[in-house]
Amino acid sequence: MKKILVLVLMAMFAFAGAAHAETLKLLTWKGYAPQKLIDTFEKETGIKVEVTFSNNEEMIAKLRATRGAGFDLAQPSQDRISSVQEKYKIYKALDYSKIKSDLFIPSMLAAVKKNTVVKGKSYAVPFCWGTSGLIVNSDKAPEVDSWKDLLNSKYAGRVSYRLKRPILIATAFALGYDPFALYSDIPAYKAMLDKVADALIKAKPVVKNYWANGDSLLESMRSEEVFVAMAWDAGGWKLHGDNKAIDFKAPKEGALGWIDTFAIPAKAKNVDAAYKWINFIMKPENAGYFSSQEKYATASKDALKFTATSVAANFARSFPQETIDNIKWYPPVPAILERLEGKILDKVKAAN
Amino acid sequence: MKRSRLAFWIFFAPVFLWLFLLIVLPHLELLTMSFMGENDYGDTVWTLNNYMNFFNEPVYWYTFVRTAMFAILTTFITFLLAMPVSFYIAKLARTKVQGALMIMLLLPFWVSELVRIYGWMILLRESGVLNYFMLQLGIIDKPIEMLYNDASMIMGLVYTSMLFMIVPLVSVMESLDDSLIEAAHDLGAGSFAIWRTIILPHCKPGITSGSIVVFMLALGNYLTPNLMGGKNSLWFTEQIYNQFIASFNWNQGAAFGFLLLLLSSLIIWVGLKLTGQKLGEVAS
Repeated sequence: MKKILVLVLMAMFAFAGAAHAETLKLLTWKGYAPQKLIDTFEKETGIKVEVTFSNNEEMIAKLRATRGAGFDLAQPSQDRISSVQEKYKIYKALDYSKIKSDLFIPSMLAAVKKNTVVKGKSYAVPFCWGTSGLIVNSDKAPEVDSWKDLLNSKYAGRVSYRLKRPILIATAFALGYDPFALYSDIPAYKAMLDKVADALIKAKPVVKNYWANGDSLLESMRSEEVFVAMAWDAGGWKLHGDNKAIDFKAPKEGALGWIDTFAIPAKAKNVDAAYKWINFIMKPENAGYFSSQEKYATASKDALKFTATSVAANFARSFPQETIDNIKWYPPVPAILERLEGKILDKVKAAN
Repeated sequence: MKRSRLAFWIFFAPVFLWLFLLIVLPHLELLTMSFMGENDYGDTVWTLNNYMNFFNEPVYWYTFVRTAMFAILTTFITFLLAMPVSFYIAKLARTKVQGALMIMLLLPFWVSELVRIYGWMILLRESGVLNYFMLQLGIIDKPIEMLYNDASMIMGLVYTSMLFMIVPLVSVMESLDDSLIEAAHDLGAGSFAIWRTIILPHCKPGITSGSIVVFMLALGNYLTPNLMGGKNSLWFTEQIYNQFIASFNWNQGAAFGFLLLLLSSLIIWVGLKLTGQKLGEVAS
């Protein structure tokens, strides 16, 4: 009797093991994995998707803490991959033969491959892209067109931005520097950061608050507590849907362009599923659905055909050709700079 | 004898493992990490630099002093507010009402701190509920920004830690014999004298344990200063977070963590010395 019981139990465990579905653990940004696409993917492949929301800094910290375990696929920005990989070795080099490269915009794929090279191997493929620029309420602040306006006392108490590295870069451009050209010259970069810190501290009375999450910024813009903000284009377009006066505007110094990617963590368990997800989400109809839903442009070649016309209109309105040509793309960041910047950000926040 | 020792180990082992694996071990790793750093060539070496940075860089110790001062202020305000409230609950309210009042105190803690803070933000913001009513009633003619300053941050901290002061105070006050107060009354003592010579000395252990908890909670808080505080509200925990997450400098972050532990223990030790108490008495 006992033996039979043991046998039954063992059979049950074996069965449970087999029936236990494969899972894909995805570490990504909020909005990057719409529920409808997850459902379709689960139906097509039988792989369950578990999504964890994060941002660049936390993504790196999480993967570093486990030395690259716990997730099968991550979505860092392309400029934060190579230096992090060199130092902490948290990603696996990609096997590009498993990726359907004809799904991608060729120039974008090539750029990301080139920017994420470590020791001759590339670590990422592009997923979507966008820019940081200004979100402006043109009823209240019609003349805003430059990063300088974030420091402009004319809008005192009506300005908001995130106290992270993009504002340092933007202020550097406002002061007439080219921070990206100084990446390789650390003493000059440091001197520039000191000037940036002075400018930001001096302009503190202008800022209402440093926003910490996107939703709270959108709320402040919507309630017209804030007229000028530094934020991502998609946020501006979301607000434009509700209030025609508010829109995204690329500053005349050039919007800051980012590309978010797919990278596979070093100790990913389900690598196959990760490649399947990449190939799935980059299909034009899926990428188009993502674009219409979240208002981010993707690196999928034919996605525009499947993107809602109102979203395409956003793009035409905010990004005429010369604005696109003027986008300042983030080059890969050397790790030492992030440390310098961290200190400057603390200094700015602590200052009275 | 042998048997009871076995039983002791069986029950003690989970506690021990929990303490050791989840608390002692990670702390040891963080401690070694805090003494490591990179030299100019990018190699990892033993160094005291992480601790030196704290004292050499004014931003860091300034933030710590600021955080500590605000945490002490929060503790003091919480104490002032909690005293009459707990006296009412423990001595004046009827038994039935007592329970209801305690539940009312507990209720907000059923939702997360984040939700409570957002609640306050909805009330206080420039386009918020309070401003709306004040505008409607004609008390003000332009909305006032009540959020994003030190006062609103302190208020948020007091609100979140109130319960942890009231509970120990209520329990010590319940053990206070009413006849002492009555006798004092009969002998002609004023209410100030009663508070000073009877109630406060009796409540000392409760005050101390409540203050320690509230002080620690305020000092280690992250959300409230971050969300309700203004542009200048860098809190020490936020600085630790920034070192770990934004600058990828775990060594520095670990050193700050230990400094926070050391300095907060020091402040509590000084507090106990000043009031002439021992930690053992308070904990029992």
